[in-house]
Amino acid sequence: MSKKSTPGLNTSSTADIAFLLLCYFLMTTTMGSQTGLARRLPPIPDSKQQVEDQKINRRNIIVVRINSADRVLAGSEPIEIAYLKEKVKEFLDNPNNDPNLPEKEIKEIEGFKAVPVSKGVISLQNDRGTSYATYIAVQNELVKAVNELRDEFSMANFGKKYSRLSEEEQGWVKKAIPQNISEAEPKDVNASTR
Amino acid sequence: MSMFRKSNKKEVPAMSSGSMSDIVFMLLFFFMVTTQMRETENKVQVKLPEASEVTKLERKDLSSYINIGTPIRSLQSQYGTDARIQLNDSFKTKEDIRDFVASEREAMNEGDRPLMTVCIRADQDVRMGIITDVKQELRRCSALKIMYSARKPAE
Repeated sequence: MSKKSTPGLNTSSTADIAFLLLCYFLMTTTMGSQTGLARRLPPIPDSKQQVEDQKINRRNIIVVRINSADRVLAGSEPIEIAYLKEKVKEFLDNPNNDPNLPEKEIKEIEGFKAVPVSKGVISLQNDRGTSYATYIAVQNELVKAVNELRDEFSMANFGKKYSRLSEEEQGWVKKAIPQNISEAEPKDVNASTR
Repeated sequence: MSMFRKSNKKEVPAMSSGSMSDIVFMLLFFFMVTTQMRETENKVQVKLPEASEVTKLERKDLSSYINIGTPIRSLQSQYGTDARIQLNDSFKTKEDIRDFVASEREAMNEGDRPLMTVCIRADQDVRMGIITDVKQELRRCSALKIMYSARKPAE
């Protein structure tokens, strides 16, 4: 019997084929995931049932305004964006129970304990001429203020940072420190909670 | 010359390139898993604003995108340099958002519809006026879950 050994298949071109595929996927896909600031818009109020429960006590609301020149007003005084976070934190936290800052309500949180929950609402108002970058920067500061308060709360109660808590615990912290940012319409100053 | 002759005797064995395809396939799978398909062609320039407190979009398949920005260079002669709204593949006005949201909703499962998120991808130089219009329109068709696209600042 003559030995007929099959010649080895030339595999050097599979690499080329794979490279071609790789290039195709590199060109047609986008890298990275979508990130952003998630928000919930208030629903359009019904014209029939007029707003009654929307009356918020004056001390419970802080109005953050951005004008067309991108200047920021918090409450009634102009403020730099860099200081906005501290101001909002002080407003929401109200450590000394200042009568001018928002009142607190003792709330029973299911599965947890009773905690004083601030009734503070941040109302964000903007002009049509405000630039989007400033708007997002202000939104970011507001979220940062809330996130830091949540971090402090979970450090005090669980000894861990908010992001390392379990989902259930995060739910409690969320209830204890709600993120009440209302985005009012530019003309209609009526603020509605989210 | 003797040196060359010596080297001819000891032949370097051919490098096996059989594993190269494996390596490339590995790369390929990496990119296939980590990337996502580009659905639409961008017709507006969008440079996302920076924000440090961004969160990830949970369900990519349940989100629809609204791009807002100035038209790209090649289309500026036709559409001008004013900020425009792009839905799917074409320029639209804010009145078209209602139809867009309705059709996006239609394409989803019944159970997933309340979870629909509208991603607003707006350029950082856009004025808030156009975004307010878009937001109002979204409220009107009760697509209330929105997300302002932003990117994490490079540290």
